[in-house]
Parts: sequence; structure tokens; C-alpha cells
Amino acid sequence: MTPVEGALAAVRPPVTRWRHYLGSDTAALALRVALILLMALGLALSTDAFLSTANVLNVLRQASLMFLLAAGLTLVILCGGFDLSVAANLTLSACLAAGVIKSGASPWLGVATALACSTFAGVLNGLAITLLRLPAFLATYAMLWILQGLAFHYMGGQEIYGFPPAFRALGTGFLLGVPVPVYLMAAVLAAGTLFMRNTNVGQEIYAIGANPEAARLSGIPVRRRQRLVYALSGLMSGLAAVVYLARVNAADSGMGEPLLLPVIAAVLMGGTSLFGGVGSLAGTALGAIILALVINGMNLLDIKAQWQPLVVGVVLLAVVLVDLIGRGRRERIG
Amino acid sequence: MDAPLRSVSRRTRPLPAIVPIGLVVVVAALLEGHGFASARNIANLGLQASILLMLAMPMTLIIMSEGLDLSAGAVLSLCSVVMAMLLAGGHGLATALAASIGVGLVFGAANGGLVSLLGLPPFVVTLGTLGIAQGAALVLTDGNAVSGLGRGIAALYAEHVAGVPLPVIVALATWLVTHVLLYHTRFGTYVFAIGGNRDALVLAGVPAWAWHIGIYVYGGLVSGVAALLLTGRMNAAHPTVAIGMEFDAIAAVVLGGTSFERGDGRLLGTVLGVATITVLRNALDLVGIESSLQVVSIGVLILVVIVIDSARRTWRANPA
Repeated sequence: MTPVEGALAAVRPPVTRWRHYLGSDTAALALRVALILLMALGLALSTDAFLSTANVLNVLRQASLMFLLAAGLTLVILCGGFDLSVAANLTLSACLAAGVIKSGASPWLGVATALACSTFAGVLNGLAITLLRLPAFLATYAMLWILQGLAFHYMGGQEIYGFPPAFRALGTGFLLGVPVPVYLMAAVLAAGTLFMRNTNVGQEIYAIGANPEAARLSGIPVRRRQRLVYALSGLMSGLAAVVYLARVNAADSGMGEPLLLPVIAAVLMGGTSLFGGVGSLAGTALGAIILALVINGMNLLDIKAQWQPLVVGVVLLAVVLVDLIGRGRRERIG
Repeated sequence: MDAPLRSVSRRTRPLPAIVPIGLVVVVAALLEGHGFASARNIANLGLQASILLMLAMPMTLIIMSEGLDLSAGAVLSLCSVVMAMLLAGGHGLATALAASIGVGLVFGAANGGLVSLLGLPPFVVTLGTLGIAQGAALVLTDGNAVSGLGRGIAALYAEHVAGVPLPVIVALATWLVTHVLLYHTRFGTYVFAIGGNRDALVLAGVPAWAWHIGIYVYGGLVSGVAALLLTGRMNAAHPTVAIGMEFDAIAAVVLGGTSFERGDGRLLGTVLGVATITVLRNALDLVGIESSLQVVSIGVLILVVIVIDSARRTWRANPA
């Protein structure tokens, strides 16, 4: 430790025991489950409509959509990066898929289009960040507007709506009484958790997020892993686009934008640290359910949709603050 | 890289890549043949550039301090909405301007406080305040435009001083003030230091946290004033009108050669970036390319400039 680092460490607040406890993974997940139960209890007591089967399934469906979009972002943040383009990526791939399906081609060609387009955008993000060395938030912010611009251009202010029932089942269908998107969420959660915990590549992603320099010196191909997570983030945006398109049965160039803040909030609410290396997909799933409950609650309590960005913005900042306090982690002093 | 090219690169070291590229854009605009060079269009360019210049000035300081302000456009919209609602309610221009500046200062202080005191990443903080500002503007207006402001603010916007439109003068004054702040005051020196090595500044006994907040507060202040131009131009306010304007401002700063990582940058570069983007958008408008594709072309322009600038840095780092 250099003298400067020593001096800096001396003025950092110490990590207290309870903070350490709150920061542990199991306790963090348990805390979130408790919060979900508490919110559900509150909503059940204050509204009549909350506890109906239809509404609960609706919340789960909403949460699964957000989770699909947030899962890729979670990997990126775990790897120490960021992806601001996820929602715009969803918009463009949904619009392109809608165009393909509406032109009379097979819906599966539409699905393939969405996945290909979104993965391509993710690969471009990864290349801009690893080859041009652009800061992640800058590269993906530029990508946000490029994708959004292309979507505006493609749609020309129009809407494309009305898709075949076979395709719509992806978003609105039920299997054994449970919405199809919930199965998708479970599948992605299971596969993703297995990948992150039980494969070398997954563990390397954690290592890069915790300390990129140490990871590089340990022989981890940092750049290649970074390109992988941005590509996966793109792929997940495409999958979310397909599910979203199938659910709302219409595409327009503004469909993804309102999702950006809630999705980032869901990832952070799930306990994934913005500073990389800490968090899990399971946390993000719980975060998505919490956010879905917030939005559902606002609807049930007759709070106008205009309040939504304000409330989600406040929630986002609050979550970041709690994350900071819970981990007793500060990047700098003064 | 062969020797002559490298020596050109070394001699042009202080010149950011935006200078030749900006010239190419201007020449292309002059050649496009849809009346770019007409006197009326040139005057129009000045007006179009004025709000962007105002947003880009504090954005340069923020980016130099290794920060970012994604909320600038949303805060500008909210300021404009507040101003318009007060004017529509029969209040005077001074009250409306004061309220607008107040809103800007509150958001600037919130951004600065969260970034400086808590060390949170600026893009997340300002994304959160973006949501709050956008939501507040939507809630206040119920999603509708605010009109019926009387003639006062539109007349002020159309005012000329010594033949120069007032908005252009306000924007140039903002440039002057920012220039003096950055290059001739202690605040400016600390802006460079915060971006370069904040810890060193702290260990030198400077209350860096306060100066760091000040950078964002200055951004809020300028947004509050810029709302005057935005509201005057339309003689109305719309809750989402300026959202996305921060993209052009950030693009102008990046085009101007300000670094996100090293605490260096130049105000003049940002001004050239603003000029290039304004000319590019205006020329694309004239040839009938819609605004959504203009965004794409700005994105491509940024990439070109960044690739050139980083290539030149590499040559410089490895001469011979």
C-alpha cells in the first residue's frame, strides 16, 4: 500500500458488523423476499383487486418481462460495465420483428430477426468498449440514440399491430395456468445462475468486475469476456423484445424507452453493485418483482401514469444509496 | 505510419480532430445547394446553436471532472414548464425566470451532492434525476403543452441588441462566463484537478467536495437561464421538448476533444463541436433528412473523431 492509499484508507469509514451482515448474499436475498411479502401485504390490505389470481399473474408476467431485459444488464454490471442501450435495443428489434411478421413471413423469422438485430447491436457495444476503449456508459449511450434513431426512421411515426395467435402466445399464453413469459424467466434464471456460478467463464466475469487489473494479471481474457457480456445483453434485449411485442400486440418507436429506468432500478434493487463483482441473477429476479409490484400498486391505487418516471427515479436513487450504505463502500473521499 | 504524416500529426498536436472535420461539414453544407448560405438561414443557425451552446458549456466542465449529466435535457424541460406556467398564471418575467433558475439550482445541487459527497457514478445519479425531472414536468402539465404566455417572452426572444439576436448574445455571454470561470479562477483550476486527480486535491487540504458540487450547480443555473430561450422560441412549453438535447451537448463536448478520463479539455473545442453539430443538423434538414437519422449521423461523426484522436495519441506516445 502506497502512503497515499494508506492515508485514504485511514479516512474511510470502517465497515461495521451489521453492514457486513446486510451485505452478505443470503441475507440480502432474504431481505428482498421479506420486502416483497410486505409490499404484497400492504397492497392486499389497501386494494380489493390485488389478490385476484389474474392480477398476481399479471404482476409476475410484468416482472418476467423486466427480468428478461434486466438479466443481460446484470451480467454487464457484474462484469464492471454498463449498458444504457438495452431499452432502445428492445425498441428497434421489436419494430423490425413486427415489420417482418406483418410482411407475411413466419413469426419465427420475426423472432430470429429480433434476436439477430439485438445481438448485433450488443456486439457493436462490446467492440466500441474493448477496441476503441470508450467508457461503457458513453458508448452505450451513443448506441441508445443510434438504435432509437433507426427505430424512429423505420416506423416513420406509425404503429404496426395485430400478430398471429401462435406468436402472441409467447407473451399472453398460459401453460398449466402460468403465463408463458414466467417459464422463460425461470429458464433464463436457471441457465444464467448455473452459468455464472458453475462455469469458469461465469466466475471470470465476477473476477473482472471485482478487479479488472487483477483479473488480467491472472490470465483471464478480459476483453473477450467483456465482448461476451455485451453480446449476451443484446441477445436478452431481443428476447425481451419478442415477449413484449407478443404481449402488447403492437410495435411503435417509443415502446422501449419507459422501461430503461425500471430495468436499471430492478438490477440495483436486486443487490447487484454498480461497482461490479457483487450480485446475482436471482437478486435481479426479486428486484424485477419488487418493481412490478410498485408499478402494479400505482395502477391499483389509481395513481396517474405521469407519476411513474418520478417515482421510479426516486426509487432508483434510493436503491443506489442503500446499496452504498449496505456495502459500506465508497469510491472516493472528500 | 510513415514519417511525414507523423510529423503533421505532431505539429497539429493542439488541434483537435474536430477542426478539419468541422471544416469538411461546413464546406459540404455550403455545396448542398438548398439555400444553406442564405442570410436567413445563417441567422437561423445562430438561434439554433444558442440553446445547445448553453447546455454544452457546463457539460464541458462536468465531463472534465469525470462526470456526466444525462438529466440536462429533462431539467431544461422542467425549467421551461415552470417558467411557462408562472407566465400563463400572470406572473412577471422576473419571477418566472427566478423560479426557473431555482429549479435548475435544486437539480444541480442534487446531482452534485449525490456525485460528490457519496461518490455515486454520475450517469446513474443523473439518470435518476432525469426520471424525477421528466416525471415532475409530466405531472405539472398533465402531459400537455403550456401556452397562453402573453407576448412578453416571445418579444424578448425576438429582441436584437446592436443587430445581434438576444438569444445569441445570451449564449455568447454564457461562453464568456464559462471561459473566465475555467481559465481565470480558482474554481476552474480545481475543475482540472478534480478530473485529473481528486485525491491529490483532497490531500492538499482543498474542500474538493464543495467545488465538485459547484460544477453541477453551475450546470443547473445555466439550464434555468436557457429555459428562457427555449420557452421564448416556442412561446410555449412542453414537458418533454428538450429531452434528448443532452445527447447533442455531450456529443459536442466529446467532438471538441474533452476527455472522459484525464481531466483535460478545452472550451473552444466544445464551441467548435456545437458549431459542427448545428451546421450538420441544419444541412441535413435542408436536404430533407429527418431528425432521427441526424442522430445516427452524429453518432457516426463521434466515432470518426474518437478514432482519429486516439490514433493520434498513439502516434504521439510511440514516436519513431
